[in-house]
Amino acid sequence: MATIENIQESALEILKNKRLTHEQQMFNLAAVAQNSLPQAPGPYTDEFEALRVAGVLNDMGEGHYPYVARYIIPDYSKLMKNGSKFLRMDPPKTLYEAVYTLEIAYHNVPSVTHFPVYLGNWGEIFEPFCEGMTDEEIRTIMRGFLLHLDRTLGDSFVHANIGPEKTRVAGIILDLVAELQNAIPNMTLIYDPDITPDDFAEHCIATSLVSANPAFAYDPAYKKDFGKNPYAIASCYNGLPVCGGAFTLMRMNLNRVAEKAQSVDDFFNNVFPHCVEVMCGYMESRITFLVEEAAFFKSNWLVKEGLIDLDNFVGLFGIVGLAECVDVLMQYEGTNELFGKSDAADQMGVRVLDALKEFVERHTSKYSPITDHKFLLHAQVGLGESDTTPGTRIPIGREIPLYDHLRQAGLYHKYFPTGVGDIFPFEVTAKKNPGAILDIFKGAFNVGMRYISTYAEDSDLIRVTGYLVKKSELFAVHDGAQAINDMSLVGYNQVVVGHTLDRKVRSTDESAGQ
Amino acid sequence: MRAPVNKIIDYSFVDGPGNRTAIFFQGCNYHCTYCHNPETIHMCNNCGACVETCPVGALSMKDGKVVWDEKLCCKCDTCLKTCPNLASPRVTLMTADEVFDRVKKNAPFIKGISTSGGECTLRKEFLIELFTKVREIGLTCLIDSNGSMDFSKNRDLLDVSDGVMLDVKSSDPQEYLEITGGDGNGILEKAKFLAALGKLTEVRTVCSPDFQSEKTVDEVSKALADYYRFGDIHYRIITYRQFGVRSPYREQIRISTAEEMEKLRKIAVDNGMQHVSVV
Repeated sequence: MATIENIQESALEILKNKRLTHEQQMFNLAAVAQNSLPQAPGPYTDEFEALRVAGVLNDMGEGHYPYVARYIIPDYSKLMKNGSKFLRMDPPKTLYEAVYTLEIAYHNVPSVTHFPVYLGNWGEIFEPFCEGMTDEEIRTIMRGFLLHLDRTLGDSFVHANIGPEKTRVAGIILDLVAELQNAIPNMTLIYDPDITPDDFAEHCIATSLVSANPAFAYDPAYKKDFGKNPYAIASCYNGLPVCGGAFTLMRMNLNRVAEKAQSVDDFFNNVFPHCVEVMCGYMESRITFLVEEAAFFKSNWLVKEGLIDLDNFVGLFGIVGLAECVDVLMQYEGTNELFGKSDAADQMGVRVLDALKEFVERHTSKYSPITDHKFLLHAQVGLGESDTTPGTRIPIGREIPLYDHLRQAGLYHKYFPTGVGDIFPFEVTAKKNPGAILDIFKGAFNVGMRYISTYAEDSDLIRVTGYLVKKSELFAVHDGAQAINDMSLVGYNQVVVGHTLDRKVRSTDESAGQ
Repeated sequence: MRAPVNKIIDYSFVDGPGNRTAIFFQGCNYHCTYCHNPETIHMCNNCGACVETCPVGALSMKDGKVVWDEKLCCKCDTCLKTCPNLASPRVTLMTADEVFDRVKKNAPFIKGISTSGGECTLRKEFLIELFTKVREIGLTCLIDSNGSMDFSKNRDLLDVSDGVMLDVKSSDPQEYLEITGGDGNGILEKAKFLAALGKLTEVRTVCSPDFQSEKTVDEVSKALADYYRFGDIHYRIITYRQFGVRSPYREQIRISTAEEMEKLRKIAVDNGMQHVSVV
């Protein structure tokens, strides 16, 4: 528990920090106040705190008592249809009105980062307003919109969707994304090979190869998980119910869990299920406070006007470090076989996730009827740890031949409706043949992956783990400059410690051989 | 039936539309001055010169034949530089089934295969066997050819192929002979024959200020512009580059400027070619 002296010292440090913008100072001060409270109380809180200090569990910077749902996925179609009483906005009738109505709404959609992690499906929202407009008229309005968002929503986890249908406005947005070279927003194409035409998908790939956006989400896989409930991709790559979101995301470092066990049996029978029980129990306490005592679900305009519904919120159970966890378990088995390099190790990964799913399903939440009162699994992308690989990925430096790599990744994506994904940078010749990358993506989805993204080796914009940064801005911030995007500050550590710049660039030379 | 395979590239972005597995056969009936992989021209004659220079001992002589150990090989290409014979010791004799197994494994990720060389049409019977199997699993088969084959006399191969990527190295028979050592008479007729069947996927011309490139590009595009009604034809006008080229040609052949290449592109477009790129 922080003493008043600790709190004052932290606050003063923030006030004097030249690298933070004013807004970033405010957010940091708010976190100090929030963390002056103890961890949200409950039967598992003390044990969670002990495991957190030991590096096994992590509270993902949500702060001790939660006061807002972590990820919010507003149903923007209601705003377009009804306007908003709280915002004092009538329903928009033109593209220009739609754009500023959304800009005003975004300013009032909170999250764990205080920025909206979901901006809507722009292909769907804007297309009806574009009738009768020329491409140039649409381009002028969307250009200003994109600039406004990048310069005001200073966080790489702000996320917009397009697709699965090809729309004229989405094509114009893609051209602007390539031109403007912004890290914000993160973008995903909702991709269904039966609906999304190849030329539109190739346009998305060509755009990714100059601006790292958009990523591809395989619609059929998400539809299977979310059923008739509409879903969206938000934040890094998180699939979440529309008109809902995520209450909280806590995280388990699977490698630390494995290190705590004495043997493979001890891991599966004792240590692992116990850690899962503690994390689920603590998540339940946080959610209980958020729902029953915090103001958010009682008074926020999004709730009152029906843009979100308590019943559509879920708890996200996050994991990292499957690779290192498996390596440790294989050592307990008396072999040095590595995750990604041996079938036995990869199958151990499957065994870990089967067990994880079973253990997490043992917990029944009081909330989340949309998921039958269960928490959903999330492959978290890491917080800049040197020895813990994001989610279920193969560590950078241990990459295997491309098709084998995609097949290996495909073993694990089905467990994670609320977020998992992998990144494959390509050599520059790919820019001349985006159809080739589309073929590879189609294959990836065929072998079980659900989310994949790319960028070209010469790109200034790169996808670090699940979010984008501009390399040029990252290095400028490291040298002392300020940046509107808070991830240009935080991302540096992940890029250096996580060896992002060493990620294997896929080239045809790599695939040559007899 | 076995054929000598120089290498297989599991994913290639430059051997036709989409992502393709590219299979390179050893042996060519041309010996182009600007060839960028001259080590594929001849078959190894087991002289053993490369065995002496291999820095990692991946090459040895057994029963009078050069044997290559792929596991030890570090792909430094010293053997290729040593070879006095425009050949390579790193060649594997493969059956069509062996190549097909490799393709089948790649199937989810590729649009099809492209066969190249050397000159792949020298392995016609092998190609027919391979293409028949590959098309059965829903993939396309493209032939990358130096222009030596008269496809009008090889309909059986063409029937199992989805298209040909054809080199037109020069439209002038004398220059064609100087560049390739082969007979260039009728090369435009060969191209038109394929185009009329909708099987001329690509035409390529490597250009240099030292060649009659303007004449060739002009004549190729005039010959083919009317054939788009049978299918797309991608005319790739290629800048000669030194990479991989053997001496003395490497130093002798001049490299076109971007302006010169743009002029060639404009000739092709002005003549009515609808799909042209300069690379």
